[in-house]
Amino acid sequence: MFFSEEERYVRANDRPSNLSYNYANNAIRTSKYNIITFLPLNLFEQFRRLANAYFLFLLILQLIPQISSLSWFTTALPLILVLSMTAVKDANDDINRHKSDRQVNNRMVNVLIDGVLKNEKWMNVQVGDIVKLESNQFVTLTHVTHPTILTLLIEPLNLVYVETAELDGETNLKVKQALTLTGEMGDSIEALSAFKGEVRCEPPNNRLDKFKGTLTVNGQNYGLDNDKILLRGCTLRNTEWCFGLVIFGGPDTKLMQNSGKTKFKRTSIDHLMNILVLCIFGFLFTLCFILAIGNAVWEVKEGSVFTVFLPREPGVNAALSSFLSFWSYVIVLNAVVPISLYVSVEVIRLGNSFFINWDRKMYYPKNDTPAQSHSVDFSWNKLADPKFDFHDYNLVETVREGNPEAQAFFRLLALCHTVMPEEKKEGELNYQAQSPDEGALVTAARNFGFVFRSRTPETITIMEMGEKVTYELLAVLDFNNVRKRMSVIVRGPDGKMTLYCKGADTIIYERLDHSCKRLMKVTTGHLNEYAGDGLRTLVLAYKHLKENYMEEWTQRHHEASTALEGREERLDQLYEEIEKDMILLGATAVEDKLQDGVPQTIEQLAKADIKIWVLTGDKQGMSCYILELLYARRKMCPESAEEPSVTKARAGLFWLQKTETVQDEQVEGDYALIINGHSLAFALEKDLELELLRTACMCQTVICCRVTPLQKAQVVELVKKYKQAITLAIGDGANDVSMIKAAHIGVGISGQEGMQAVLSSDFSFAQFRYLQRLLLVHGRWSYLRMCKFLQYFFYKNFTFTFVHFWYAFFCGFSAQTVYDEWFITLYNLVYTSLPILSLGLFDQDVNDRWSFEYPQLYSPGQLNMYFSKKAFVHCMVHSCYCSLVLFFIPWGAIHDTVRDDGRDLADYQSFALLAQTCLLVVVSIQLCIDTYAWTTVNQFFVWGSLFAYLAITFTMYSNGMFLIFTSVFPFIGTVRNSLNQPNVWLTIFLTSLLCVLPVVALRFILIQIRPTINDKVRKTPETEYCLCILRVSTRRSGYAFSHSQGYGALVTSERFLFKRPLKSLLAFSAQTETPRPQLFRPIPE
Amino acid sequence: MGKTKDKSGPLARRPDNSAFKQQRLPAWSPMLTANTVLPFFYLLAVICMLLGVWLLLLVQSTQEIKLDYTDLGNCNECFDLRRNVSNAVQTCSCRVEFSIDKSLKGDVFFYYGLKNFHQNLRRYMDSRDDGQTLGRIKKLKNPSSYCAPFDKDNDGVPIAPCGAIANSMFNDSFTLNYHLSSSRIVPVPLLRTGLTWYTDKNVKFRNPRADNLTLAEVFEGTRPPLYWQKPVYSLDPHDPNNNGFINEDLIVWMREAAFPNFKKLYGILNRADPIFEKGLPKGNYTIDISYNFPVQHFQGRKGVVLTTLTWFGGQNHFLPIAYLVTSSLILLTAVVLTVAWWKFGKDGKNMKE
Repeated sequence: MFFSEEERYVRANDRPSNLSYNYANNAIRTSKYNIITFLPLNLFEQFRRLANAYFLFLLILQLIPQISSLSWFTTALPLILVLSMTAVKDANDDINRHKSDRQVNNRMVNVLIDGVLKNEKWMNVQVGDIVKLESNQFVTLTHVTHPTILTLLIEPLNLVYVETAELDGETNLKVKQALTLTGEMGDSIEALSAFKGEVRCEPPNNRLDKFKGTLTVNGQNYGLDNDKILLRGCTLRNTEWCFGLVIFGGPDTKLMQNSGKTKFKRTSIDHLMNILVLCIFGFLFTLCFILAIGNAVWEVKEGSVFTVFLPREPGVNAALSSFLSFWSYVIVLNAVVPISLYVSVEVIRLGNSFFINWDRKMYYPKNDTPAQSHSVDFSWNKLADPKFDFHDYNLVETVREGNPEAQAFFRLLALCHTVMPEEKKEGELNYQAQSPDEGALVTAARNFGFVFRSRTPETITIMEMGEKVTYELLAVLDFNNVRKRMSVIVRGPDGKMTLYCKGADTIIYERLDHSCKRLMKVTTGHLNEYAGDGLRTLVLAYKHLKENYMEEWTQRHHEASTALEGREERLDQLYEEIEKDMILLGATAVEDKLQDGVPQTIEQLAKADIKIWVLTGDKQGMSCYILELLYARRKMCPESAEEPSVTKARAGLFWLQKTETVQDEQVEGDYALIINGHSLAFALEKDLELELLRTACMCQTVICCRVTPLQKAQVVELVKKYKQAITLAIGDGANDVSMIKAAHIGVGISGQEGMQAVLSSDFSFAQFRYLQRLLLVHGRWSYLRMCKFLQYFFYKNFTFTFVHFWYAFFCGFSAQTVYDEWFITLYNLVYTSLPILSLGLFDQDVNDRWSFEYPQLYSPGQLNMYFSKKAFVHCMVHSCYCSLVLFFIPWGAIHDTVRDDGRDLADYQSFALLAQTCLLVVVSIQLCIDTYAWTTVNQFFVWGSLFAYLAITFTMYSNGMFLIFTSVFPFIGTVRNSLNQPNVWLTIFLTSLLCVLPVVALRFILIQIRPTINDKVRKTPETEYCLCILRVSTRRSGYAFSHSQGYGALVTSERFLFKRPLKSLLAFSAQTETPRPQLFRPIPE
Repeated sequence: MGKTKDKSGPLARRPDNSAFKQQRLPAWSPMLTANTVLPFFYLLAVICMLLGVWLLLLVQSTQEIKLDYTDLGNCNECFDLRRNVSNAVQTCSCRVEFSIDKSLKGDVFFYYGLKNFHQNLRRYMDSRDDGQTLGRIKKLKNPSSYCAPFDKDNDGVPIAPCGAIANSMFNDSFTLNYHLSSSRIVPVPLLRTGLTWYTDKNVKFRNPRADNLTLAEVFEGTRPPLYWQKPVYSLDPHDPNNNGFINEDLIVWMREAAFPNFKKLYGILNRADPIFEKGLPKGNYTIDISYNFPVQHFQGRKGVVLTTLTWFGGQNHFLPIAYLVTSSLILLTAVVLTVAWWKFGKDGKNMKE
């Protein structure tokens, strides 16, 4: 199929016709390999990684005898190990994919073929088939995964409840509604097999929220939209059975179209590492070039006369020899670019993310949610339902007494929503709401005696003060981001038709009847008051409708909803027409309660020099509230809380306000930037975005309110683009997804608002306050560990390699190695791998309590103080010095010496053993002094590695190994003959002293003269710790007080009850929503 | 999708409270404080000083006589003769004289030394076949290709021992004479065995085993290396057990030196003779040299070394002096550290935030 599909045409019950279009069938394949293709494909994939390809290149070089300065196994063993480890992991992943594919493909389903329901495998289902889906109601809620996109046909009540967790992560139930036409067929097999509908619809795409198509039956057109289709990946709930027509199969389904690869996020360390690796390559080639020139000189001056003893190979002259020696040295010195670097970095990253997952202090027991690092493992659980406990008996009484406006207010709340009731057990009513706000409002109505009981597509049943009333549902004018309101049109038992509407204040106000001017004024006051308290507000209004107008409107509505062209615009127009001249009922405010510890967290992070930008969809009032929490001591008050006019925004765009700080003599002046979505749209334009960024960066706090999800992402991109900073985005809502994806580090809070934010994040946890632990403890540790790891890794490999460089001057630049080949093979792989991994996984300079107490500890990381190009150069100089010591001390000690019995000690093999033992001892000691926290684990690894070195070396140099593998282990007896010499041990001791003491001395002096924040904290006596604890606790209680003040006073005040319009103030006891601060700063992985 | 854990209940997914997982392993943080670092440095300075002095005394107690005979005395003629490769078959011997002012007490070791001879070239070091010298019959007749071009001669006859190392074996021989008086010259007896590592003599090098065959018969069908005058099975005319691959001169040579200047053990003074019971007495000595090894090809020098030993080996001043220098450096550093601590760190002002 090489043509791109423009429109899909499906005929029900007509396989031959549908097959002619060659639509994909329903078999899916997510696996990448099969048994035959695994090896070649997987190897190909792996060799596309630069490091692997480089080592393959080395391996090939080693197979050329003239060049091969090392046996093939020195490169082949590590390479094979790395390749096979990756291959095993890939194979395992692929086997799992195969398994799940097979399971999905072989699932059974009832398909209507030739008028009979047949049990078929999913993979055999064709586009155009009619299938029957079932689920066991209530009892077990079996997951029925739909393989296909289906047009919905029928169900007992024409309603199908689905859960779309697998698709978009949202766990609430959604309703899908069948066309009345098809619904009439019921489960009559005859009717279904005679059904001759034709569906024309859009080609396969990955948009989960949009679908457009028409069903043509007997020349009549019926519109199909997102409500009429079931997507693959949904789970049928609370529904006995339903029939569906398959429109898309297998790879064409939206689920499969959506399963794209997530892009790999790189940290600044990654970036630096890549630069360094390139530098190292350059350095390597420079070294080799120098040595090759040395070789040319040597060959001309000395090699040419030495040919008596060592004739040149035919055709090789000094020039060619020097060229060959260049490549030989590339092989010998390849340890500077070790293959194990990338593997080790992966392992350390994995390990550190496991530590995050294992952290009890980031586990939230209330909903059993541990922190998750998604690069590793991904899982979520269903969140516990939010609990509301708001009871105000006075208010309940008022409602009971029959105040009509109060009743209308709560009736609206009970009717105008899209909440689904779910009665899992008899008498236990659960509401499944798309947003927690909506759930809260319906629950509030319930608490006031207006209980929403059940809904069908045509009716809504509520209990009004204990009396069952069924309303006929005429239309739902749904909510969307543009409309910012939703309405229902119902016909009451008395036959009266009413439109109930709720929505954003500004939107509703524009559509109110003139008669409620006075009420509007009062309400506006309350709304501002609520917004100032950080509450989320909605305005409620209603309107009575006339019978004849409604009839005509319904007719036009039907036409518009079946239109194929411009359907949405036409519907919007209709909605606009009917939603006007409404009567104001009142306003609701939902407290957007911050999670515990948000202010402390922000304060802590601010102390750690993390710049915090708040990007919120809420009004400025809310932002101000957050801001006050951020900097309690700083008084911030934007004078003009109203939205700025566009012209003003064009001219100045944003206005800076000097904030009065208590200690303003300390700081020149703290500024805060507050900008709203309107202005931001202009500010983000090409010519102004830099100006915005410059100004914003001068400010201590940046708050963008009323911003759209897209703008959030744009701001993040802006910062990423022009500031070489690392961004972290944290959020919990679906509107944060784009921002989370755009930032370097995305953090999702597993809260109420679905799981979308969590799904697209790199890390997720249940509480905002865990962010400080993620950054200040885990982030800091990870960064520190990674830096130490890299620094030490480069150190040990450079030292290892430079020794070869010095030896070149003694061996005629012939690419002779200093060490035994086996030592070269095992040095990175065995002798030093575990100690350095333990450094990268377990080291802590200060423990977590200290990291918390001194957020300032975090700032060195932002300045890249632990590892940078400068540190890298230091590391090179250090290595260079150590390698000089490690070569010339053994050289001096041994070159004119003999054993105590006169026999040879200055031979190559003894020297190799001495040099490699010195090296290993020195790097082990260096590791120990680089390690801040000596635990049993890392000491075990260090000593274990040294012991393993001795044991392995003894074994390899033993008689047995020589007699069996004569040419592979020629070093027989070297250990026994040289390690029993005091000379050798004195040399090892001296080299260790000379390599290690300067480092110790330098560090000591630096601590004395210029102590870093780390040194200070590490030195701080333990007693101060108690004081810190006290400080934390006072701070916390202060917060709790100031926070609860907001709604407590309002709710209990008498004033509140008799005011009109009646307002409901709701508060969640469970955490509901967090602000969505956007933080940016350079942070480490 | 969730983790499969056996636990259930409200806290099913709570992480384990182990010290490892919570990163609370008991740890000791070594800190660089003045109390630990300064005494440590002073202590190390003292230790190094003591070690240095002790080793220096030890090294001073050994005696060593070095003699470069490349073109010394009448060896000059041989030196000139060997300039030309075509004269390789001609024998040449010469004699050098020296005197010992202070008798060498105890065991005396006789070394020959070479300068600027690169035994550590990669291709040179590869050019050997350990399988052959281990006495593997198969390898004897079919040496490894690593030995090329010294694996077979022009007629295709395998060379034993093969390779560049064996081919370039040092082939000067020495006779040390003691001038007891002006008329009486006594040859100094040298032990020509016991020069090698035990493992080399007994494990690494073995003669090919063949029942009822003499060594010469075993090596039949092979050729000695091109530069050799004698075949490998008759290297030592005096001791039949010191022939073939286990000839100690061969083994000593085959243990390649790490650096281009090296010395290799030639013999050990046999103190059975009453004259040499206590070592080498003072007096005049001559060495008769069968001058074969050409050094002018590589601009090298050759010489002999007579030395006594201690447990610390021969007369190598490097380590004692290195220890003394290190000691003084550490002391200097320690003083600097003390000053730095005294001036900056003592009152802890820097440590306060």
